[in-house]
Amino acid sequence: MAETDSTVPKRCDLEVEKLPDGGVRLTLSGAWTLSETLPSAEQVLVELAREPTPTYITFDAGELDRWESGLLTLLLKIRGECSSRGVPIRPEGLPDGVRRLLTLATAIPERKGARRDGTRPPFLVRVADATISTWNAVQEMLDFIGEAFLSGIRLFRGKARFRRSDFLLIVQECGAGSFGIVSLISLLVGLILAFVGAIQLQMFGAQLYVANLVGIGMVREMGAVMAGIIVTGRTGASFAAQLGTMQVNEEIDALQTLGIAPMDFLVLPRMLALCLMMPLLCLYADLMGVLGGFIVGVFMLDIPPAQYYLQTCGAVRLNDLFIGVFMSSVFGILIALTGCHRGIHCGRSASAVGVATTSAVVTGIVSIIVATAVITILCYIIGI
Amino acid sequence: MSAPTPKITVSNLTMAFGSYLVMQELSFTVNRGDIFIIMGGSGCGKSTLLRHLVGLQRPTAGTVLYEGSRTGFWEMAPEEREPVMRRFGMLFQSGALWSSLTLAENIALPLREYTRLSAADIRDLASLKLALVGLSGFEEYYPSEISGGMKKRAGLARAMALDPDILFFDEPSAGLDPISSRLLDDLILELRDSLGATIVVVTHELASLFAIGSNSVFLDPVSKRMIASGCPKQLLAESEDPRVLGFLTRGEDGLTTP
Repeated sequence: MAETDSTVPKRCDLEVEKLPDGGVRLTLSGAWTLSETLPSAEQVLVELAREPTPTYITFDAGELDRWESGLLTLLLKIRGECSSRGVPIRPEGLPDGVRRLLTLATAIPERKGARRDGTRPPFLVRVADATISTWNAVQEMLDFIGEAFLSGIRLFRGKARFRRSDFLLIVQECGAGSFGIVSLISLLVGLILAFVGAIQLQMFGAQLYVANLVGIGMVREMGAVMAGIIVTGRTGASFAAQLGTMQVNEEIDALQTLGIAPMDFLVLPRMLALCLMMPLLCLYADLMGVLGGFIVGVFMLDIPPAQYYLQTCGAVRLNDLFIGVFMSSVFGILIALTGCHRGIHCGRSASAVGVATTSAVVTGIVSIIVATAVITILCYIIGI
Repeated sequence: MSAPTPKITVSNLTMAFGSYLVMQELSFTVNRGDIFIIMGGSGCGKSTLLRHLVGLQRPTAGTVLYEGSRTGFWEMAPEEREPVMRRFGMLFQSGALWSSLTLAENIALPLREYTRLSAADIRDLASLKLALVGLSGFEEYYPSEISGGMKKRAGLARAMALDPDILFFDEPSAGLDPISSRLLDDLILELRDSLGATIVVVTHELASLFAIGSNSVFLDPVSKRMIASGCPKQLLAESEDPRVLGFLTRGEDGLTTP
């Protein structure tokens, strides 16, 4: 068959043959490429295990056409088995390249203690590990908040160092850059609130009170919450990804070696920017939300525009506005803190940046909702 | 020895980023079994040339022809290009290992995509490649847990995953200590001899390019052309171009014009 067409490589094959002097000859033939299914080492291992143990192993590669790494892995397996059984190998029959690569593959011994066993630790150990790492994460977060606070104090004493142009850029990016999406979302939330309210209030003929519902709802809570959630997704995520990538590229280490505190240089301007921009975004979201209610009130419920306006002015007290704005600046600090914290404590790989960004957004949104609940309850207790 | 078979033939290659010209009219041939050095000062477009050769960037003009294909690489349809590219292995400057995968998984990924080997075989192959670069036992490590030199060697192991015909190296010895860099050179020679691979190396490490190079091109950033080609040792002995000599002698023979 081989004579009929010499250009087509023969299928790879491995023959095991017991020699009369107690040795074993392995005959390799055909093309051993990775695209073929290669013969398994099983038959050789069986032969090695059979009594009496072979006195040596020799190779005949006269018919071997081409070879790739698959051959090497098989030979290494056989060699491992041979050395554990004390059977000597006579590699003379193998092609030169194969012999050299085999030597190379075993030239550098495995470093002691490098290999890891894949066994899973017992349940209690895992629980303990998880507890310790959670506790460490809490400590790390508290540490970060403390440092941020100290950095804020340095700012007021005029000792914090950061570039004003960075700060202005962040202000622009998280303030003006969020205008479009904040307008759209708040307008729609206002519309939805008005719609849902209108259907209920119409039953009592009290459509006019849609203005109160939307006004108080948006100004006191929803404006701040919606702006907060949008900014978490936009700006919080971008802080985490940016600082995380800086961590991966050792840029944060570079700042530290220059004696510039990353806290002052990176975190402070971000916190400051969000703290300033969030109340403005919140006011804007309030306005857009009320506008959404206005659209439903005027065009669907036929309330005269002036009446809707007066009704809203009468319903919303200055207190409500202050509560909303106060909440939003709290959110600003929370978003900047979680985003920067996740970014700065990011691992040194691409996937770690992904994890940092995800957890910045998740922690940000959770903390916003929790903060809203706490502030709302406190306001109720105080009676404002 | 029989006449050399051309593995890569580059003719009249012009590289540019938009209107910014990097290099023009490059023509050279890389033969089978060559260790082909692309040299030149920093920023002259060596890595860019490598990116053109491996198919990451389209030439502005000219062709890159691989052995076995009838038309130039960029004239082929994308689905024709893929099998050609599968015969390449590339070692990036800083390893470019996928950071979310362990070393073994990094090597296993191309094997899993392009072969029908069983999971056990793939694991064995990955261990073999790591053993060849002296990293046995590090299968379960993530790239972020090993040193720069180890990343480079792991990158080489990944480049060799599919037993490529042509290996491309982007500054293999940059960032390595002299001994590691020497060991890497030995490894490159060993791979060429035992696997019969063709190797293209971008480097400006003089010791390394004299030790391993069998052919080369020299790129000049001023004229934006190649100004010399041939075996680096021969270039040192025979070239009369002060720019080439200055580079090959680190400007220490006084021939360079200031």
